[in-house]
Order: sequence, then structure tokens, then C-alpha cells
Amino acid sequence: MPEIAAAGIVKRYGGLVANDGVTLSAERGEIHGVMGENGAGKTTLMNILFGMQAPDAGEIRLRGAAVRFRSQIDAMAAGLGMVHQSFKLFGSLTAWENIVYGAEPRRGPFVDRRAARARVAGLAARHRLAVDPDARVGDLSVGVRQRIEILKALHRDARILILDEPTAVLTPPERDALFEVLKSLAAEGRTVLLVTHKLHEATAITDRVTILRDGRTVATLRTADTGAAEIVRAMTGRSVNLEVRKRPRAPGVPLLRAIDVTIASPSGRPAVDRVSLTVRGGEIVGIAGVAGNGQSELVEALVGLRKPDHGRVELCGRDVTDADVPARRAAGLAYIPEDRAAVGSAPSASAADNLAMGFHRAPPLARGLFVDPAAFAAWALALIRRYAIRIANERVAVGTLSGGNLQKIVVARELAHEAPALIAEQPTRGLDVGATETIHERLVAERDSGRAVLLVSAELGEILALSDRVLVMFEGRILADLPQERADEQSVGLLMAGRGTEPG
Amino acid sequence: MIGSLFTPFLFQSAAQAITPILLAALAGVLCGRVGVFNLALEGQMLAGAFAAIVGSFLAHSALVGVAAAMAGAAAFSLILAYGATVFRGDPVVIGIGMNLLASGLTAYLLRVVFGVSGTFSDPGVVGLGRIAIPALAGVPVLGWAFARQSAITWAAWALTALIGVVLYLTPVGLRLRGVGEQPEAAGALGVDVARYRIVTVLVAGALTGLAGAQLSLGAVSVFAEDMSAGRGWIAVVAVMLGRNNPLYAAAACVLFGFADAIGVNLQSRGLPNQLTDAAPYVATLLALVVSHRRRSRFSQRSRKPAPTAGEAAAAHRRGGSGRKA
Ligand SMILES: Nc1ncnc2c1ncn2[C@@H]1O[C@H](COP(=O)(O)OP(=O)(O)OP(=O)(O)O)[C@@H](O)[C@H]1O
Ligand SMILES: [Mg+2]
Repeated sequence: MPEIAAAGIVKRYGGLVANDGVTLSAERGEIHGVMGENGAGKTTLMNILFGMQAPDAGEIRLRGAAVRFRSQIDAMAAGLGMVHQSFKLFGSLTAWENIVYGAEPRRGPFVDRRAARARVAGLAARHRLAVDPDARVGDLSVGVRQRIEILKALHRDARILILDEPTAVLTPPERDALFEVLKSLAAEGRTVLLVTHKLHEATAITDRVTILRDGRTVATLRTADTGAAEIVRAMTGRSVNLEVRKRPRAPGVPLLRAIDVTIASPSGRPAVDRVSLTVRGGEIVGIAGVAGNGQSELVEALVGLRKPDHGRVELCGRDVTDADVPARRAAGLAYIPEDRAAVGSAPSASAADNLAMGFHRAPPLARGLFVDPAAFAAWALALIRRYAIRIANERVAVGTLSGGNLQKIVVARELAHEAPALIAEQPTRGLDVGATETIHERLVAERDSGRAVLLVSAELGEILALSDRVLVMFEGRILADLPQERADEQSVGLLMAGRGTEPG
Repeated sequence: MIGSLFTPFLFQSAAQAITPILLAALAGVLCGRVGVFNLALEGQMLAGAFAAIVGSFLAHSALVGVAAAMAGAAAFSLILAYGATVFRGDPVVIGIGMNLLASGLTAYLLRVVFGVSGTFSDPGVVGLGRIAIPALAGVPVLGWAFARQSAITWAAWALTALIGVVLYLTPVGLRLRGVGEQPEAAGALGVDVARYRIVTVLVAGALTGLAGAQLSLGAVSVFAEDMSAGRGWIAVVAVMLGRNNPLYAAAACVLFGFADAIGVNLQSRGLPNQLTDAAPYVATLLALVVSHRRRSRFSQRSRKPAPTAGEAAAAHRRGGSGRKA
């Protein structure tokens, strides 16, 4: 008997059918993957299983018995736990306070702090989830916060754990540690539902995957007898070319330069240490490195969000070190930020407004002092079509979009600038394989049309596939500048860990 | 001159001045903790002061007066409790409205109930007795401050401790703190956010009633229009300075209480009262400036809004791992 089973789940949002008769069933002790393109309805299904939304039709069974959750509180009481795409934690409270919140051990009228800490420390030790119970959550890294979310579920003795794209925000070592935890939870007889876009993750850790397309279950595959290509075909209904084809490069003049940029950090060791780099027109330069080695500070300095303590930034041959963000954009810089929700978009504004931002001051989107709503709509619809963004219409607030579709909005807008220089930070995070392919093609097309592209990504595979030159950043410095021919997984991987030297 | 300022009398009048501000600040702290910014303290206090006079006058009992103040102010707080939750109003707008309403309503009722305008006093109104504790009499500072104070002054300090204990040591306190910070997360863990907010705002209302009773039945038994005279606003500042921590807010109240007492003292030495009345406000402004400068140095690094996963990732990258320096 399956531990949890959903049958015929339907969920509509206005005219959009997010789930259209989804079936899913997971056994006790199984790690069950849930895959599908952006907007296929994965998050919607997970929210329904966890009682956060009521399905319009369909049935959920736990160990054979039909259940109807009125809220996630019912779901938690029935032994479910969920780690959301965005965490729900109290930043000013400590780790243990977050974990026991709402289910506190007591002594008389008081919270039994000692019992609570012991419980948290015990769970953390047993499941190898390294967490300091007394740390303030606001000070903790994403990886640790995620462990706290898992401990929250375990404290309530969840037998079924749902994780929605848990690895999107993790560094590779953090991801490996998470997978060890999930395996041991499954070995204990718990059931794990894991939403992911990454094929290698699905094949590495899941027992089976259920694949959704357009709100319907198209297949449930046993991972051991399935290849990545088969999963991709099931998700997209076509075969996706995972290889990137590029013309030989023809580098032109330097369009984006950093000269001797140094950025101090509170810890004493500079976050960015005398970094110089040049990106020429017609090339993609990739910055590889484990997150936290100065990449985002460097990008902030290039974009104008942060003033370097030392050094200069040049854009199209002009010194822009003292220019602010709008001035740099005007001088020819486009930027796809890593944080699409907080930096890249205005969640409560419509897709049309978000896509028009930065273009709204000049024709054709503006007429004199006023913006032209009809032009906004036409512009938005064109981009929505070109990037196959799954959205009911252009007036929808982008905050309701699936994670991948929001990312597409930001990418579509920034590429529309056709600026000479483009900085793309984690451009495909959270995107499905098809959309990743599209964006890779776009970045290569930018390069081929003579633009300079600086790509910062935690995905080594993406860096290696796209970059004409690979820079490896470690502890704020650039350790190596390798042409594509000499950059391979092994040499770059060693450099990312601070070992190895540039060959030759 | 400075030395001769710090007399037993100064401590006594400071302790007396602190009481209403402290009670209102505690109310503000509680509301702030559940995420309802309370700007209505001034009006709630005034409503309490009026209810206290009515209760005491009708029953010839200070105790009834105090009970009426707490009940009256709590009832008045229903506007904020439901307005900011069930009706999703903006607490700032509601607070300002309540202050205007309290001022007008008490002046009107003064005329209707007692047939006077401006001030009301009557031998039938029984004021709060003062508690003398002989054992304390000899102790410097503490003995001076608490030599002859009303029960409400004692209660204010006991409540400060009690609220500290409840907030930081009990399950209810933990949940309260969570409700204010991340209502969504608290709701997801089974805490009824609206109910926590409503109950907290009403309890806070009762505290402001106590503050009002101290004003109208404490030192003298009289009600005057707008007699809260800015104390509620000072309490709002104390709440902000104390960042919703009852102990820090209490410390701010002590500062304001002394500024007030020193002002009165200087007045008795012939300084114009327009100048000395300003003393607590000058202290307030100075405190705001100092705390702002300290905080803005802080916020260089924490300028962005509530940490999102992405922000946290950035923090992680910036600091390597673990705590930010
Ligand atoms: N609250 C909502 N209001 C309107 N539309 C919504 C809402 N939530 C989801 N949708 C729509 O339902 C569809 C399915 O969304 P869902 O978040 O389940 O996709 P997903 O499979 O998780 O995608 P991703 O991989 O990008 O996270 C999307 O087209 C989305 O825009
Ligand atoms: Mg999703």
C-alpha cells in the first residue's frame, strides 16, 4: 500500500489549469522525484498534498485512507512536513526556537529550554544535520536554514517529507550533505518527495520519478532503468539538445573591464582581492567558483551596486567606476541578477510592467510624458511568446508565477536591452531543461552578435559548455584564466577548491 | 547646583513621572511584538484616565476607578484590535484616529456626565492611596524613589518583569514574538495570528488604562482635558528606542522620567515653565538621534528587507559561513 497517493487532482487558477488530473504515489522508504517543466504544476501539487491549497477535484490517500486536509496544520498532524522553495523562518529567533515553535516542550508555565535544546541537538546529531541550536537564524547561511526547516518537520515527527527544489540554493558540498540526510531518512522508513529540475540529481538519488507536463502526470519511471534522455523526452515531449553548439569565437574590442578591483569585507580578508578581468565583444567569459568566494561582490562592483575600495571599472572604453546603476545601464550594461524576486522583479506588479521596466521612458513604450499601456501590452506579449513564458495573460502579477517563469521574465527583459555588455548571474537557476537550453542559445546568440557576456554560475557544467574563457575565483582572487580548450571538469574543479595551479 | 538637583524628592517625582509612560510603553511593546504598531497610546491613556474618574466618582472607590480604567481602555482598544486584524486597516491611521477620537470624546463626555468643561475634580472621587514601606525608607535612591508611591507604580515595575518573563520564557511569549516577525510562518505552524493579535492588543489596552488611572487618580484626583499631555507619544518613542524589548523600553522610560522630574525641579527654581516642560522632549529627541546614528552604522550591512533565500545566500557568501561579524 503506498504511503501517500494522489489521484485525479485538479486545480484551476482562473482560466489557467495548474493541475489537471494529476496522479502520484510514493511508497514507504522511497525517495520519489517530481519533475517537469517550469509551470508544469509541481509546486501546486506539493502545496495541495501539504494541505495549503484545496484541490478543485481529486483525492489524497495516506496509507490507503482518504484524507482531506483543511490546512497545513492538518497535514502536519497527519505526519507530513514540507520544506518550501522560500523558507518560512523567524530571523530574530534562535534555531531551537524556530524548530520547536508551536510545539514547545514545557515545564510548568515555561518553555523547557533545556529539553528543547536537547531535542534539537539530538535530532541534529541523529540525522547529521549540523545546526547550532543557539544560533540566531538571521545570521545563518541558506544551507543551515534548510536544515532547520528539515528539523522542524522531524521535530513534529514527519513521516513524509516534501522538498521543493531544495538544491537550487545550495553549494555542491551542501547539496551532497543534504542527499546523505535524505537517504538516511528514507532508510528509516520515511518517504521523501523531491522536486527538482536537475537530471543528475534525479538519477543519483531517487528511486522513482513522476513526471508532470502541463498539469498532467505523463509517466512514473523507475530511475534505475531510465536514462536522462528518456526523462527529458517525457518532460518536454521532444528531445532536447543538451550540447551547446558555438561558432568559433571572434573576439573584438574590450567592452567590460575590471582593473585591480579590491573590496574589503568585515572579516578582514578582502572579499575581492585585486581582480582584473577583460570581457571582449563576441566572447563569453565564465566565472567558476564555489559560492562565497567573492563572485557576487565583484558583480555588485561591476554593476554599480557597490563601490570598490580600490580599482576601476570600464564599460565600452569609458571609466564608470563612479557611475551609478542607471548611468551604467545607459552606458550599455544589462544585468540578470541572481535574486530574481528581490532584485530582478517587482512581484506585485504585472508582467507587462515588469517587462517594460527600463524601457518605459522612451518610445515606443512612452508617448511624451506618459507611458503607453497598449504598447506595454504588445511588448509584453511579444516577449512572453518569444520565451514561452507560461502565464495566463500579461496583466498577471509576476509574484504568482512559478519560479522558472519568473526567471524567464527577468532574462527576457534584460536581453531585450541588446546592450553591448551583459552580466548574467545564475541565469538558469530553477529553470527546466528546455528553458535552460533556450537561455543558453540566447547567450550564445548575444556573443555571436558581438556582445560581451560575463557569466557567473555555480553550475560548473554550464560554465564549461558556454564559456570561451573560464576564470576560476577562489578566496577573492582569480586563480586561473583558461581558454575553453584547456578548461575541463577536473582542472577547474581542483582550482575551485583552491588546489592545483594553472597548467602551462 | 547639579549635586543639589539629585535630592530624594527628585527621585520620588521621577518615579512618579515614569509610571504612566512605562505602562503605556509596555502596552506598545506588546502590540509591537505581534506586529501591530500602536500609535494610539496617547488616546488610550486619556480614555483610561477618564474612565478611572467616572468609576471612582460613582463608586467612591479607587479600586473601582482602576478597574473601570482598565476595562474602559480595553474596550476603546477594540477599535485597534479588530481594525488592524479583521478589517485589515493600517494601524498607523487607526492609531491617529483613536487619538483624535479620545480627545474629543472625553471632552464631550466630561460635559455630558459631569456638566463641566476643562477640568473636573470632586470630593467624591477617591484617589489612589500611597503605600509607604518603612523598611525601604533608609535605603538611598531606591528608598527615595519608592518611599510613598501608589500601588500602580509598584505594579508597573512588577508588570515590566512579568512581561519580560512571559515574552522570553513561556510558549505564549515565543509565539507572540513569532507572530510579529513572520505572521505567515507562525500561521503555518498552527498559531492563530489574528487571535493572538486581538488578545494582545486588548491586554495592552488594559495596561494603558492603568497608566490613565495613575494620571487621574495617582498624584491628584482630577481629570483634565487632554491630560495625557504627550506622555503616550513619549511612550511610543520609548517602544521604538527599546525595539520592542520591555527592559530596554523601561530604561528609556527611566530616562524620560528623570528628564521630566528635572524639568519640574528647574521650574521651581524660577526657570520659565515653557522651557522646562520641553525637557522630556529634548531628551526624546537626543535619544532618537543617538540611537539612529548607532543603528545606521549597523544597517550598512543589513539594509535589505527581510532575508530571503537569495539574500541569505549573499550573506553566506559574504561571510563565508556562520555569523556575520
Ligand atoms: N496563486 C496563483 N495564482 C495564479 N496562478 C498560479 C498561482 N500559483 C500557480 N499559478 C500558475 O500555475 C502554474 C503552475 O505553477 P507551479 O508553481 O505549480 O509550477 P512548477 O511546476 O512548480 O514550476 P517551476 O518549476 O517553475 O517552479 C503556473 O503557470 C503558475 O503561473
Ligand atoms: Mg515550483
